Amino acid sequence: MADTTQDYTPGSHPDLPPPSSEVGVIGWLRHNLFATPLDWALTILAVYLIYVLVVPALDWMLFSADWAGETRDDCSREGACWVFARVWSKVFIYGRYPVEELWRVNLTFIIQFAGLAALMIPGVPYKKWTGIFLLIPYPVIAFFLLYGGAFGLEPVETSLWGGLMVTLVIAEVGIVASLPIGIVLALGRRSKMPIIRAICVAFIELWRGVPLITVLFMASVMFPLFMPEGVNFDKLLRALIGVAMFSAAYMAEVVRGGLQAIPKGQYEAAQALGLSYPKVMAFIVLPQALKLVIPGIVNTFIGLFKDTTLVLIIGLFDLLGVVQLAATNPDWLGFAVEGYVVAAVGFWVFCFAMSRYSMYMERKLETGHKR
Amino acid sequence: MAVQAQEGLAPAKPVFWNDPRFRALIYQVLVLGGVIAFGAYLVNNTIANMEARGISSGFGFLTKTAGFDIGQTLIEYNAESPYWRAMVVSIINTLMVSAFGILLATVLGFLLGVARLSHNWLISRLAAVYIEVVRNLPLLLQIFFWYFAVLRSVPGPRQSLNAWDAFFLNNRGLYMPRPLFESGFSLVVIGFLAGVVGSFVLARWAKKRQMATGEQFPVFKATLGLVFGLPLLAFLVTGLPLSWEYAELKGFNFAGGMRIQPEFVAMLIALSMYTAAFIGEIVRAGILAVSHGQTEASYALGLRPGLTLRLVVIPQALRVIVPPLTSQYLNLTKNSSLGAAIAYPEIVLVFAGTVLMQTGQAVEIIGLTMAFYLTVSLLISLFMNWYNKKIALVER
Repeated sequence: MADTTQDYTPGSHPDLPPPSSEVGVIGWLRHNLFATPLDWALTILAVYLIYVLVVPALDWMLFSADWAGETRDDCSREGACWVFARVWSKVFIYGRYPVEELWRVNLTFIIQFAGLAALMIPGVPYKKWTGIFLLIPYPVIAFFLLYGGAFGLEPVETSLWGGLMVTLVIAEVGIVASLPIGIVLALGRRSKMPIIRAICVAFIELWRGVPLITVLFMASVMFPLFMPEGVNFDKLLRALIGVAMFSAAYMAEVVRGGLQAIPKGQYEAAQALGLSYPKVMAFIVLPQALKLVIPGIVNTFIGLFKDTTLVLIIGLFDLLGVVQLAATNPDWLGFAVEGYVVAAVGFWVFCFAMSRYSMYMERKLETGHKR
Repeated sequence: MAVQAQEGLAPAKPVFWNDPRFRALIYQVLVLGGVIAFGAYLVNNTIANMEARGISSGFGFLTKTAGFDIGQTLIEYNAESPYWRAMVVSIINTLMVSAFGILLATVLGFLLGVARLSHNWLISRLAAVYIEVVRNLPLLLQIFFWYFAVLRSVPGPRQSLNAWDAFFLNNRGLYMPRPLFESGFSLVVIGFLAGVVGSFVLARWAKKRQMATGEQFPVFKATLGLVFGLPLLAFLVTGLPLSWEYAELKGFNFAGGMRIQPEFVAMLIALSMYTAAFIGEIVRAGILAVSHGQTEASYALGLRPGLTLRLVVIPQALRVIVPPLTSQYLNLTKNSSLGAAIAYPEIVLVFAGTVLMQTGQAVEIIGLTMAFYLTVSLLISLFMNWYNKKIALVER
């Protein structure tokens, strides 16, 4: 029998580099785009889709677009006409808010964004006080700045408000109001007292079962009937109450999910320490439960932010409402798509930022052991 | 000594206001009283206001003549019909756009979820970009885009976009051939129904036999054969009792054929594209929730990839997918109310809009509209709960 063992002196067979088809750009392409015949087909399909959809859209939006000019005649109509967006930009942001009073809106939102930034960026001190400021004095300041009527500020009727400003006001009031109401409702729904539980369940399921539009319709046609004679209810306020009730019901379900996920031992341990119900909830259960449901809470916020557009159906002009108004202006007919793109960018930036921030918070608050 | 002292004490009876049961009772009575008082206050104000404004109450208005036309009617309706009929017409419209939307959104959503998990880098990126863009834009904006920017700006009837001389898209809507059923077509329908029933029976029998003997039966192919083969056979036997009426350009407009309103098309596209983005994420999460060990174990047992997917991965993924899918279906149905913004004649536009404007009976009309949506929500969640129970893990 022949000797089948081979002689191998170290260094006589040097290690070969991997074949060029397995590494580098070619290797990556082979693995990620052209692995199988099906992959070939899918890649070709994807490239075709990009060529048909994305390339003309980019060309229309950027390369063939008109950027400079002041009037409609400056638009060549070969691509998008951003002159339209520039001319109407003030309306898109502030609606018909009086021009000489615009500083009030700007100041309100500058204070707010500064406060939010101080809250959200880690490492900035005095977070607790910033939070308290944003929740308690700030809404009052914002109300007087925006609405006026005191401290020598001209009153500005809410019918003049519009654009991004209204979108932000509705979304923020909804967010600030819905979280506490939602927490109370969720606690009520988990309560051992049957009557309280029944009331909370009925409230939550009623709002969750109907679309926001019917709630807004109700707010706009039925709320005036609910009030004693002579009490006049601002249209924006009516919408705000409707939106807050609606999103509180959704928030309650999200919070309830978190409450259910907290093991019973946590409640029992806290009770064994002699804590009262409010203390058990405030110091032991809710901090853990709310942390668990941050993604759900932010999703509700995002949903609420997008849903603010519905107020245009009851005659308020949010960002989408003023875009629609501008697009149907006889002097600027035919620029609807540009308007929608502007509104889309506005909404998308806020929603996307919110979802990214929630992912970041989730990672930061993650105290468990992730595998 | 200590023991004696304890024995001597009577069990401490808390003062009644420290008794948790008594406190719970008091809290509940207070809350209930508050709610009732608030409700009574609202009802009282409402009655006073309605009297002051001369608004009548009650549901008597439902039988009065509506006096307006509706653009899309699936059942017989005209301006002389009563209000309740207008309500039924608009409910049918709502249900129709929801049903088609759910169907399309499910198909598109599953495709997106699978595409997002694809090994093909380009495809998974495309799906991710689609989902991130569509999910973060308001639905109403998308509806406006499809309706005002796309469907309203397509050319008029004379310059319609034409596909195979059968489908025409213009600013009046989408025209399609209308099927004309001749006598004998009912046999085809009967064949189809028989096929469906037959395949159910067959599936049960095949499962029973497999449980008893281990022998498999090609249920899928047989089902295909029954469901499609039987109607096809009936169709051929009865001598092709079906013809198509094509839409034709007559003068300034199209005649004949089937017209689908642009409002319906815009709602359908926007609703299904929007919801599909959410369903895509749900499907992705569901598939990822099935641990890889399941797939490996199934390969180790000798199952081929297709069978692994069908028998191991999908049944387990569905358990994770179904509950959130239900709420997406509910959302889609509720979102169909946005049709009011582009004048799609659904219940909010027709009933809470036009009828409310004509009669002024806000309480009854908003109440009926809300009751309709609550009923639909309840029915969908009942059905999905039933389905969920069917596929849920049976713990032994």
